Amino acid sequence: MSEETTTGLSHNKLAMWVFLGSECLLFGALISTYLLYRNKFYDGPAPGDIFDIPFTSVSSFVLLMSSLTMVLALAAIQRGDIRNNRLWLLTTALLGAVFIGGQVYEFTTFIREGLGYTTSPFSSAFFTLTGFHGVHVSLGIVMLMSLLISSYRGKLTQKNSETVEIIGLYWHFVDVVWIIIFTVIYLVPNPTS
Amino acid sequence: MTDTISEEVTEEQRPLGVYTRPKGGNGWRDWITTVDHKKIGILYGAAALFFFIIGGIEALLIRLQLATPNGTVLGADMYNQVFTMHGVTMIFLAAMPLAAAFANYLIPLQIGARDVAFPRLNAMSFWVFLAGGIFINLSWLLGGAPDGGWFGYAPNTGVIFSPSVGMDFYAIGLQITGIASLVSAINLTVTVLNMRAPGMTLFKMPVLTWMLFVVQLLLVFAMPVIAVALFLLMFSRQFGANFFNTEMGADPLLWQHLFWIFGHPEVYILVLPSFGIISEVIPTFSRKPIFGYDFMVFSGIAIGFMGWGVWAHHMFVSGIGPLSVAAFSLSTMFIAVPTGVKILNWIATMWGGRVKFSSPMLFSVGVISMFTIGGLSGVTHALSPADTQQTDTYYIVAHFHYVIFGGIIFGLFAGLYFWWPKVFGHMLDEKMGKINFWVMLVGFNMTFGPMHVLGLQGMSRRIDTYSPGFGFEAWNMVATIGSFIIALSVLIFLINVVTSVKKARGKPPCGPDPWDARSLEWMTPNPTPEHNFDEIPTVESLDEFWHRKWGTDDEGQIVRVATAEEVCQKGTATGVHLPSPSYWPLIFAIGLPLLGLGLIFNLWLTLPGGILIVTALYAWIFEPVDDPDGPHGDHHEVNEEISEGASDV
Repeated sequence: MSEETTTGLSHNKLAMWVFLGSECLLFGALISTYLLYRNKFYDGPAPGDIFDIPFTSVSSFVLLMSSLTMVLALAAIQRGDIRNNRLWLLTTALLGAVFIGGQVYEFTTFIREGLGYTTSPFSSAFFTLTGFHGVHVSLGIVMLMSLLISSYRGKLTQKNSETVEIIGLYWHFVDVVWIIIFTVIYLVPNPTS
Repeated sequence: MTDTISEEVTEEQRPLGVYTRPKGGNGWRDWITTVDHKKIGILYGAAALFFFIIGGIEALLIRLQLATPNGTVLGADMYNQVFTMHGVTMIFLAAMPLAAAFANYLIPLQIGARDVAFPRLNAMSFWVFLAGGIFINLSWLLGGAPDGGWFGYAPNTGVIFSPSVGMDFYAIGLQITGIASLVSAINLTVTVLNMRAPGMTLFKMPVLTWMLFVVQLLLVFAMPVIAVALFLLMFSRQFGANFFNTEMGADPLLWQHLFWIFGHPEVYILVLPSFGIISEVIPTFSRKPIFGYDFMVFSGIAIGFMGWGVWAHHMFVSGIGPLSVAAFSLSTMFIAVPTGVKILNWIATMWGGRVKFSSPMLFSVGVISMFTIGGLSGVTHALSPADTQQTDTYYIVAHFHYVIFGGIIFGLFAGLYFWWPKVFGHMLDEKMGKINFWVMLVGFNMTFGPMHVLGLQGMSRRIDTYSPGFGFEAWNMVATIGSFIIALSVLIFLINVVTSVKKARGKPPCGPDPWDARSLEWMTPNPTPEHNFDEIPTVESLDEFWHRKWGTDDEGQIVRVATAEEVCQKGTATGVHLPSPSYWPLIFAIGLPLLGLGLIFNLWLTLPGGILIVTALYAWIFEPVDDPDGPHGDHHEVNEEISEGASDV
């Protein structure tokens, strides 16, 4: 839809930026809560004892690579290359799914090792923060799949490449947030029991 | 729209034509599918007034209980529910949506746009807000209303101390209204940034639009914080999370910090719309431009920024440490500066003007005087040693009612009287309006003035009754009588509405410019036609409408250069394409309370809720961007380039 706007940005893109600004405070509040409780593991497992940093590093790497494929998907649709656009959209969604799979595996391992959602303030804060991020990635996957479906119905063309760009903004944001969460949760030296 | 034209519509013009969109028309179906920002504004206003009356009845119950010592009107448990719901209702379901009504109706008109950036999202915001409001109030019937105060301090609101489902309704219900606020804020932010008329730079926007814009930004950043707090509370209550489990070492201050990081900006979310409204009313009735427009705007922005740095002044006695107390004491005193600037500017605007005390002006002057009292008692809280004495006493209750009622409700009433002809095409009765104001002013001061004294005498907040002999009796009785006088003033307003509507029936609408007003919205006829502007005006100055009516002669005297009728557009344009109505915003909104009830009572209920939400979202996306062959109450050519300003998402 061609239209004149005051800023020159389309309404949709501007709205996504404003929404992402709002999301910063959502994750900011969750990260603060986690930081407050990272030492409060009561008599459950301590973060330093339970985290498997090499494993999570790999799944983090997978998620970061999905940002690259997202860029490739956008570049493809912008030059009208529908075939490659589909390929990279699918790859991005798959990489996201691998990350979510890793998170599910991590959660089940933790629960088996005695870190349930209600074990301690630390466990509640950990699962809530990473869970919120996981839901964001999952919603991103749903959006990518919706893009793919509409592409196969012939509705996603060079003309509306901006839709891919806007969903890409969301996807990159979720990745950037993970870099912060990964650093705060895993890389900062953690207390052991 | 003739049949021949609709036959010309091809599949290509219906890009995703899976669902057809509802047709425009009249009657209830038009209202539930509308995406017109003006109708949505009216819906917001009506719903807010409805909840305002409910909250008012709750206030009267509180005052009846406290009228005499050892009151027996409400039991202790019921009293907790009533005072909690009074606060929740008045803040989230009355004051915020009433401000949203003005924002919805006036922002597009004041910036010279045809609608908001996302008309369907706008409809969704309203229905989601209404669904949330009804959801919270359902708790009265389904096991008890919230009983932990509107601020919901955890761990006090955990299952141990608040075992009824009330606080679940609170946590989920406010989450739902929060979605509405956030979506609406994003929508209006984009509208202000992206849809201004040619020549309407940011610093030619009316002060009201500026203040509402600051409010939307505050909402964008404050809503996610309360969302997190409510999620933590909900997870603690529903799933046994340990965020507030102090036995395991959880911090009881976590909720307070999260809540007030939202809660203090919320105070400005509530008060800035009112500041904006009276910044439009006072220049109009003083027949002078606003004094220090730039200062007015920048002080609003400053309040918006500084509002984020004062939250812990709500927590001076919760043990946050002397350094924090000193810092927040100072920041709280600083925020009085931009507020003082505003008060000075309003007074300076009136100074030397030809002031006419019509009812909107009376309410505006009411704001200046009453809010100043509330602001001054606020400064006494900023002094933390004094605050230690005042915390949790009726002195605090007196203070925030002078701010919220004196500063906000008076301002919103000023707005109702001022823009009533704009919205409905007829005036409210002036004489009754003035009676309305004086009765409200007297009742208000009788109710909340004595609470200063009660608080300093040591009467604490939130107690359901008190024993005789502390000297509380007389002032409590005065306050109760005052509260019924306020109720009378609201009744006068409602009677005024009914009689004015009756009187106007069958008569032509009032003229286009009943107040000799200044800003762009008055360039459309009253009531505003569906398409707003016949032609989007090009803006050259602040107070554009006024400058088109008035000029200066050779001697520098202000003279009328055109009548309002000449300047005002006729509202007769054809060929304006408007976005089509839609069912999906309403259906989406119905899904949310089902989801909430499911979380509280039976997880199976989340299934229909979830299905409604997902269906509505996808149907929304696959709905044709615009039904090319649908009538919209306008006459446009099918092949015309669609969308005048509003992208229809």
